[in-house]
Amino acid sequence: MCLAIPARIIKLEEDRAVVDAMGNQFNARTTLLPDAKLGDLVLVHAGFAISTIDEDEARKTWQLIEEIDNFKDTQNKVSG
Amino acid sequence: MLQRIRKAQLLMDTACEITGRPVNIMEVCGTHTVAIFRNGLKETLPKSMKLLSGPGCPVCVTHQGYIDTVLELADRKDIIVATYGDMVRVPGKNGSLETRKSTGNVKIVLSSEDALQLARDNPAKTVVFVAVGFETTTPASAVAVKTAAAEGIDNFCILSNHKLVVPAMDALLSDEKNMIDAFLCPGHVSVIIGYAAYKEIVDKYKKPCVVAGFEPMQIIEGLAEICRQIIEDRPQAKSIYTAVVTEEGNQTAQKIISECFEATDGYWRGLGKIPKSTLQPKEEFSRFDAYKRFGLKENTDYETTGCRCGQVLCGLIDPPQCPLFASVCQPLTPVGPCMVSSEGACSAWYKYGRREKKHQ
Amino acid sequence: MNSKDDDKILLAHGGGGQLSNKLIREHLLPRFANKTLNELTDSAKINLDSKSICFTTDSYVVKPLFFPGGDIGKLAVCGTINDLAVSGAKPVAISLALIIEEGLPFDTLDKILDSIAETAARCNVAIVTGDTKTVESGAADQIFINTAGIGVRIEGVELGFDKIKTGDKILLNGSIGDHGMTIMSLRQDIGFKSQLQSDCAALSDLTCKLISETKGIKFMRDPTRGGLAAALNEIAQQTSFDIRINETDILINSSVQAAADALGIDVLNIANEGKFVAILSPEIADECVKICRSHPLGEHAGIIGEVLKTDDAPVVDITTKIGGRRIVQMPYGRELPRIC
Repeated sequence: MCLAIPARIIKLEEDRAVVDAMGNQFNARTTLLPDAKLGDLVLVHAGFAISTIDEDEARKTWQLIEEIDNFKDTQNKVSG
Repeated sequence: MLQRIRKAQLLMDTACEITGRPVNIMEVCGTHTVAIFRNGLKETLPKSMKLLSGPGCPVCVTHQGYIDTVLELADRKDIIVATYGDMVRVPGKNGSLETRKSTGNVKIVLSSEDALQLARDNPAKTVVFVAVGFETTTPASAVAVKTAAAEGIDNFCILSNHKLVVPAMDALLSDEKNMIDAFLCPGHVSVIIGYAAYKEIVDKYKKPCVVAGFEPMQIIEGLAEICRQIIEDRPQAKSIYTAVVTEEGNQTAQKIISECFEATDGYWRGLGKIPKSTLQPKEEFSRFDAYKRFGLKENTDYETTGCRCGQVLCGLIDPPQCPLFASVCQPLTPVGPCMVSSEGACSAWYKYGRREKKHQ
Repeated sequence: MNSKDDDKILLAHGGGGQLSNKLIREHLLPRFANKTLNELTDSAKINLDSKSICFTTDSYVVKPLFFPGGDIGKLAVCGTINDLAVSGAKPVAISLALIIEEGLPFDTLDKILDSIAETAARCNVAIVTGDTKTVESGAADQIFINTAGIGVRIEGVELGFDKIKTGDKILLNGSIGDHGMTIMSLRQDIGFKSQLQSDCAALSDLTCKLISETKGIKFMRDPTRGGLAAALNEIAQQTSFDIRINETDILINSSVQAAADALGIDVLNIANEGKFVAILSPEIADECVKICRSHPLGEHAGIIGEVLKTDDAPVVDITTKIGGRRIVQMPYGRELPRIC
């Protein structure tokens, strides 16, 4: 537990937001992130933003994801 | 990436030499269980590492009595049961929420907000929200209860079986039979509670507790960090999911939880009663507590014959060692929640586990 | 009859009398006009040049009726054409049966009929016979459609499970999950705003090209309900061969993946309406990919895996992006959103 997706806040009125995840727009509450602002990248779980995402740190993770996506050589995978 | 994996594998081998047997790491998060299987991660891990699936799937640890209570409520014409999709196929004594969907009394929601809206839209019925989940999900229920209280939405209540992760970890390690060397801690629960929450486990049991995210490399790095700590004999509470997990966690969320809920002793399937491990609405919100509103009493004793979900949840056996696994108990005809929940260890093994091959 | 009744379907429109006639002559015939249909006999008389016929049927109950990339009408024609196409046949004629709920506005019906006519004309397929029934309000959700189709098998082409051999490659003509996720985004209970688009399309032009220009296509299937997972599992079960696919070779649009992630759903289990898998000899693999990529419906075609003999119970096995392996199960049949 639990599924949470990164999404960007594209609309914000008090604690009610619309967030965008790769073109898909969902409603989300920012009640748990009182400092959230328009444009923030946040982690959304069960309709609530639970954390802002540190984009520098995330880039490192995404870098890894990209590495994996570019990595086609499965020949050398060795299990113990 | 290959380099990183090899480095991790080396650390695992070295840690194994120190323990004198495979390093047993328990992942306390159903989403980790699924991520490990979906990515075929076990293939990339050396034999020096053994991953145990712990009680981190909220559906799996929900005891039978709770499920039957939900189903009883769903059978009442004056009630609408609002639930996350995860609970829909869990079998009770008498069918499941899925088998009751055609009555119109059962609605799948994506958020507690949707459940609250159902209450606003259906003033003649009472909406009961099936509030399960660990600390990641609990704040959503707390906000819903507080909103209902503030707006006077009296036809809304929650049936709470929200659980706390740290008491379960403590219960597992306090069992002398346990073989756990370290915990891979849940990524998103830790967003809420902060990785400092695991310090009490580290201090008491001297076992590493490392938080990792759900991408495969995060998991591998998390396991590698655990092995590093074992090799250097410096168990710590640490997080490598630095993009979203901080030491103190989301304090706004923690405050909202404590305003609305209090910890009580609760039943966990397979683990029995764990003190101060389950959340119930506080007295001031008791009218939103379905247990109090409907005077519900639950049977906490019975378990289905032959089902060894409990032992699977404690990491004592792998799903294939349960006599019902893949025979009587399958995704289409699940006996225990570990099979029906998409995060359950048994479901993950059944869906994703590779069968033994003679070659390769 | 007052003007309020003129704009929607009444029960009498399915009664076989004056209103039925009016419906056929004013709404159906003008759109589907062809010699065979215009005879309005109880059965369509069709002359075919061949004795190798394929025959198929499907029913369509999709909601909402209209969605980005298509509608129930387009789907009803493409779906049946595709079943013929993947059987190695050139579609010739289609029947069209409508079950319409009383109260459906004519505007809506006409839009659907327009779409059916346009799709059929584009694919050179005639609607040669049909039926219209009306049911009481509540007895059908707006409209249900059944189409049955007849096609002529391309000469010299014999597709079948028994043709598949160990080492054969698996070709997929493009991205997966587009149709199913688009429909899901429009559901009342869990819907969300998106730019997703169904891949609904008739594949016969591409499949006919493929099988007439190459020698060595063994079998084809379109991964509709249950997605790629169901289609490949069915092939594995019927042939007793293992199927090995590579995650890195399967294209999923990032918006489709993000939507699936948000709902906790596996894209492999999601329906496609403009895709097919083909099992083919390894020698023609490159050629087939080339033919597909030069066609608008195959721009992103590629080989996603292969078929292998096994002594065990056959499974569909995927090599993950990180080089691990796992089994792809037959989907349950209904994808539920989850938060955990």
